[in-house]
Amino acid sequence: MELILAIAVGVLTTCGVWLLLRPRTFQVIVGLSLISYAVNLFIFSMGRLRIDAAPVIEGGVIDPANYTDPVPQALVLTAIVISFAMTALFLVVLLAARGFTGTDHVDGRER
Amino acid sequence: MHMLLDHLVILPILLPLATGAILLFINDRLRPVKAAINFASTMLLLVLAILLVRHAAETGQAAGGAGNATYPLGNWPVPFGIVLVADRLSALLVLLAAILGLCALTFSLARWHAVGPSFHSLFQFLLMGLCGAFLTGDLFNLFVFFEVLLAASYGLALHGSGSARVRAGLHYIAINLAASSLFLIGAALIYGVIGTLNMADIAARVAQVAGADRGLLEAGAGILGIAFLVKAGMWPLGFWLPNTYAAASAPVAALFAIMTKVGIYAVLRLSLLVFGDQAGASAGFGQAFLLYGGMATIAYGAIGALAAQSTARLSGNLVLMSSGTLLAAIGFGNAGVVSGALFYLVSSTLAISALFLLVELLERIRVEGADILAVTLEAYGDDDEEDEVQEVGVVIPGALAVLGVSFAICALVLSGLPPLSGFLAKFAMISPMLNPEGLATVNEVSASAWWLAGLLIFSGFAALIALSRTGINTFWATVSEGPAAVRVIEILPVIVLLGLCVIMVVLAGPIMTYLEAAANALHAPAGYIADVLGAPVVVDLGGAP
Repeated sequence: MELILAIAVGVLTTCGVWLLLRPRTFQVIVGLSLISYAVNLFIFSMGRLRIDAAPVIEGGVIDPANYTDPVPQALVLTAIVISFAMTALFLVVLLAARGFTGTDHVDGRER
Repeated sequence: MHMLLDHLVILPILLPLATGAILLFINDRLRPVKAAINFASTMLLLVLAILLVRHAAETGQAAGGAGNATYPLGNWPVPFGIVLVADRLSALLVLLAAILGLCALTFSLARWHAVGPSFHSLFQFLLMGLCGAFLTGDLFNLFVFFEVLLAASYGLALHGSGSARVRAGLHYIAINLAASSLFLIGAALIYGVIGTLNMADIAARVAQVAGADRGLLEAGAGILGIAFLVKAGMWPLGFWLPNTYAAASAPVAALFAIMTKVGIYAVLRLSLLVFGDQAGASAGFGQAFLLYGGMATIAYGAIGALAAQSTARLSGNLVLMSSGTLLAAIGFGNAGVVSGALFYLVSSTLAISALFLLVELLERIRVEGADILAVTLEAYGDDDEEDEVQEVGVVIPGALAVLGVSFAICALVLSGLPPLSGFLAKFAMISPMLNPEGLATVNEVSASAWWLAGLLIFSGFAALIALSRTGINTFWATVSEGPAAVRVIEILPVIVLLGLCVIMVVLAGPIMTYLEAAANALHAPAGYIADVLGAPVVVDLGGAP
């Protein structure tokens, strides 16, 4: 499981960085989205990978070993919301730049 | 009143949040109402910030301690919940943000607040993000406040619209989104190794990290540091900065002058807290990187300032220079140098903010494209001498004189010439650099100290050349057509900001005492850690049924 997750994060990051360095604004935004997916998976994995363990603790006598770490899950939730909002905002700026400059090149002009 | 003071630490965050939210519901056609609410709220924020600074100074004196006020959110015990911490440094930066906010807002009321929607809400949210980032004691909470202030700054950078702003804003947003991803990776790595996100708790546990995990921890800290340094504009991560600041509208750029300081603050806070003396094998991690990176930034900013073709870009490069100076001073790793650097931080931020406001006023009195013309003239020789005779006996209009004096004060502060605060700041940095053990002991001066002192003086010289060139071309060489159209509420913020620089000279003694205490507390993180981890939880809610 660790290997699969590590490969997934690696592939997403590689594609994201490649697209981020491309000259078209749409490629940049897809690249940023891929990077944010990779980052979210990465944060998730920092709580150690567990199967069949709940993050929410119930009442009574508690053995922490039966539960998975809830903090990274809360962090991922926040990070997803923020990156989603930022992507939407970037999309608006992208459209505005397209309208102003008439091109989708990140520098606003073709080379 | 006493009840209110108990919640003093969180009020600088709640007040802008509430104001910004209320302003969203008021129609943009009622702009005077929005402006009045915004102004009143920013005034109140300034009062709160002054109270916070006084509180930090007084508690520190009374208890002989670090002067840390803690505020556990939701009454959760400290390592488990989020905690807000106001020590001397945070209180000072909240005050600085409030001052800049008030001045930028006053300036914007003349014209700029009316050129786009939701200016006032975004303005308040930016202040909220700034105050939150300065006051939080939790790493992930710091990320959230960074995002709040960045989201507001994206909107403000685009305020006024136009092709140049949107193009610069596109780059600004892209690079900051990438930096935010790095921030998350760094924070997650640190959590994965240490298992906590509370800054004080991280610092307390660094020494216990097993040898095999130490590399992972330092990698996390390094990645986190890169995210902060992108914001601070360290070379080679700061190429976005002059473009964005030059494209932003004047009041927004004036407020942005403190945005790079958020990155500096995070570096200062975390590097000294987490990798202080108590960190065991990791102590002093990244200091050399900050020192040499800062020196490279000073050099880059100085060259950029000399080469700048417009006053706005010149100001952007001066921001870089100021960032570089602060980073190098932090990397030098001496409490005396850091206290001087804090003085420099306040003085240079005030002056740069004033300069950004001045830039727009100067643009009005000069002929179109005078910057480019001036550089070309210097290269090919000036043959424009025929109208010398008619310039004799020109009456200096009042507004022009005020602008000229303001610009001269700005230049003096930024280039570090006596008698203004820029000189005191550089002196306070260079003196402990050359005598790290105090003036009484004679010791060898390290090579890096010579280099840094030399670079500081060179950067002041470069700033002086660049600013005098601009000043000469603006006030002496351009023929303005009629008196400068400057309104009182536009020049007043500039005078206030520069007046504060003068006051800093008069009150240099008490201010330096405060800053020295702040720098010493930063270099002895045990007090901070003990105060935060031992933060009392308010059990008695008073009148419980």
